[in-house]
Amino acid sequence: MAAAGGSGGCWFLALALGVSLLKCLLIPTYHSTDFEVHRNWLAITHNLPVSEWYYEATSEWTLDYPPFFAWFEYALSHVAKYFDQEMLVIQNLNYSSHATVFFQRLSVIFTDILFVYAARECCRCVNGKRPGKELLEKPMFVLAVLLLWNFGLLIVDHIHFQYNGFLFGLMLLSVARLFQKRHLEGALLFAVLLHFKHIYIYVAPAYCVYLLRSYCFTANKADGSLKWSSFSFLRITLLGLIVCLVSALSLGPFAVLGQLPQVISRLFPFKRGLCHAYWAPNFWALYNAVDKTLAVVGIKYKFLDPEKIPKASMTGGLVQEFQHTVLPSVTPLATLICTFISILPSVFCLWFKPQGPRGFLQCLILCALSSFMFGWHVHEKAILLAILPLSLLSVESPKHAGIYLILTTTGHFSLFPLLFTPPGKV
Amino acid sequence: MEKWSLMTITVLLGLIVRWMVSFGSYSGAGKPPMYGDYEAQRHWQEVTYNLPIKQWYFNTSDNNLQYWGLDYPPLTAYHSLLCAYVAKLINPDWIALHTSRGYESQPHKLFMRATVLIADLLVYIPAVILYCCYLKETSTKKKIASALCILLYPGLILIDYGHFQYNSVSLGFALWGVLSLSYDWDLLGSLAFCLAINYKQMELYHSLPFFCYLLGKCFQKGLTGKGLVLLIKIAFTVVASFAICWLPFCTEVEQILQVLRRLFPIDRGLFEDKVANIWCSLNVLIKIKNVMSPQTQLKLSFAFTFLTLLPACIKLTLQPSLRGFKFAMISCALSFFLFSFQVHEKSILLVSIPVCLMLNEIPLMSTWFLLVSTFSLLPLLLKDGLLLAYVVTTLAFLTVCETSFSIFEKTSEEDLQLKSFSLSIRGYIPSFKAFPKIIKSLFIVSVTLMGILTLMSATLTPPQKLPDLFPVSVSVVSCLHFLFFLMYFNAVVLWDSRNGRNQKKIH
Repeated sequence: MAAAGGSGGCWFLALALGVSLLKCLLIPTYHSTDFEVHRNWLAITHNLPVSEWYYEATSEWTLDYPPFFAWFEYALSHVAKYFDQEMLVIQNLNYSSHATVFFQRLSVIFTDILFVYAARECCRCVNGKRPGKELLEKPMFVLAVLLLWNFGLLIVDHIHFQYNGFLFGLMLLSVARLFQKRHLEGALLFAVLLHFKHIYIYVAPAYCVYLLRSYCFTANKADGSLKWSSFSFLRITLLGLIVCLVSALSLGPFAVLGQLPQVISRLFPFKRGLCHAYWAPNFWALYNAVDKTLAVVGIKYKFLDPEKIPKASMTGGLVQEFQHTVLPSVTPLATLICTFISILPSVFCLWFKPQGPRGFLQCLILCALSSFMFGWHVHEKAILLAILPLSLLSVESPKHAGIYLILTTTGHFSLFPLLFTPPGKV
Repeated sequence: MEKWSLMTITVLLGLIVRWMVSFGSYSGAGKPPMYGDYEAQRHWQEVTYNLPIKQWYFNTSDNNLQYWGLDYPPLTAYHSLLCAYVAKLINPDWIALHTSRGYESQPHKLFMRATVLIADLLVYIPAVILYCCYLKETSTKKKIASALCILLYPGLILIDYGHFQYNSVSLGFALWGVLSLSYDWDLLGSLAFCLAINYKQMELYHSLPFFCYLLGKCFQKGLTGKGLVLLIKIAFTVVASFAICWLPFCTEVEQILQVLRRLFPIDRGLFEDKVANIWCSLNVLIKIKNVMSPQTQLKLSFAFTFLTLLPACIKLTLQPSLRGFKFAMISCALSFFLFSFQVHEKSILLVSIPVCLMLNEIPLMSTWFLLVSTFSLLPLLLKDGLLLAYVVTTLAFLTVCETSFSIFEKTSEEDLQLKSFSLSIRGYIPSFKAFPKIIKSLFIVSVTLMGILTLMSATLTPPQKLPDLFPVSVSVVSCLHFLFFLMYFNAVVLWDSRNGRNQKKIH
């Protein structure tokens, strides 16, 4: 697989091209309702004025991503009209002609270019302890394979259908920039990312604490602890400015129109219930399972009165609110507190014992995992938020590699319910 | 990295690409009343399961031979029977006599695709792996690269997993034959090849090289001693394997004759449809069917075929070597493809698989040939709705070959195995020195031409007066390429002189 001539970037290009071709082969496969979601958003952003984007509710799949993503769909819609005008009609619910499928799938494959670029930047940041002469043993090569050919991402983006590729590209690029000590760029990229898809708020604490501790405080004391006098007001101002500018650009138009509360309610739909339709394998899934078991046992052994138990099923594949029968019900606030408590240890470590970018990455992964475990209405796809950054650590140390192996196997396995049809499952 | 881990990854990649191509459409999907090869295979499962053996090849009220009658030898029929037993366990509706005609559903498609995958895994893929692992005088990297390229060859994947056929079984058996012969296990090799012929009669294209090579070996050992013993043993193996395969049909002569009639439909004429062979291409200029009678056509095609393959075969008999054997397989199959009668475009696979075996020795020419062979299948693939799979797999194949073998750098005469040939030619044509550049430019021109023709066939509609413009252009272009390759491969094998063994050591 190595080129006999051995030209440097050649193998990376071959890997990227190979996986893109593979993605093309997946164009005719099954796609989920997320396909219709994005088609609907193309239609909404194309036809309606900005003031109506977050109010439009003809379809059940209303716009629930931040404004930057809406603008992205708007840009795509201008290309879409050359493929099939009909997909841009809002009333054409569940419209999926060949041209529509082709266009949408192609748009995901195309936007993955950002992910490829980010992967290349990450490969540059990585160096193993023993520089292997064999191409196949170089950490750069292994990381490139782990990132570019990540099967979880392939399943979610190119079969189930979503646009996670370029979003993870933004995230990995911001991580790479932080590794390269280009902190402002990293911060900017992350701020932009947040306004594309707010799920990345899960890892925001890691960014905040790291930037504050390692960027705003420019020097450490001799023993590595905090040197309060090295606080740089300039830097924190710059960071604040970046965040404010990006937010203004994104939410500004809606604030002016007075639509902020509506946008917020769309972005954070707490009415959707503790667990997603197909349970993400997190703590609350276990909690629900225990609750259900206790309920069944209770009814059987007549500890509980059957009449008092609500009938709705939590595994029915639909999203709705639900009250627990035996164990205390869980509110959004409770999940927030649990998440907060679980990220405290890693955040404290990042503050008191910063270990540079690698420490930041570890904290990021832990934040992602904690939020996945205890968050409200978590999708199983969120496990990718932990898997992809862990790839970077796994090529550098065997300990992390072991953890990575377990995480990817179970994580990807948990994504299987997303593949609805038997051929896809094979 | 260990050889076996890399080989596993290679195989997995090959399997993934195969399974993804099978997501696409198949031959005759949703096209009543005749449908296509997919329906033919399903129909054979129905016929072999429900009817007694005596009726499989005969036209009866239950078995209408006009509707996809069996026209492959008995092993195909037995394979269909086996699949039918499995089908019965899952859903008997799939093979119910008469009522299951044109049955199409997602679970059924999954089942049929799975049968192809299993057959591939059992026969073809192990042969490829073993062949590559035991290549002599090559590094591990090159072995893995060869395996990857062979497994990613688009033609076989698209026909077997797209159009729908079971070529990997017969080609796999032939490959086992080659593998066995390279270890001097002559009897096993003969057995494997007989199984191949009994699966698909098209494998007869390879029969002459096998025959000449084994005969040559017998001559070498001396016809009065060990050679004669070997000859007798091989003959016995061949007769025995045929007998076992044809056992149920051996009860009556009429049975055997009817099967032969189904296998070799002489009355169907010189060619059907657009094939990249000489007769179809000549037909553009001269309407052969009007000029000559069927008997003359038959004799002419017979004559040309044998004229073109005789040199390589004679050389093989006189100097049996493994290299000569592989090259003879290529040139014989190519002669048959170009000049024989009733050739189907899928028969190019019979030439492609031996060429795949040459990938690590002459990367550029092999890659070029394999690309042209896939391109020649374009009209068929367009009909089946497999354009996307075709483009993707061809691009992937070209990329993999280029990164693995650096084909653009290996264009010298030595790399093309033409050293002796060019030495002889230089006496007559001094300008032959610019050979590498010529070859490289020709390659690029050829690939560009194929790309343009693909684009045109896929996007433009032909003018009304020439409705077959694009298929015919594809066939003619491919035919010209194949003629060039026929000359090239013959040149290599005929000028592959007494220095054959020395040349091998250089590489």
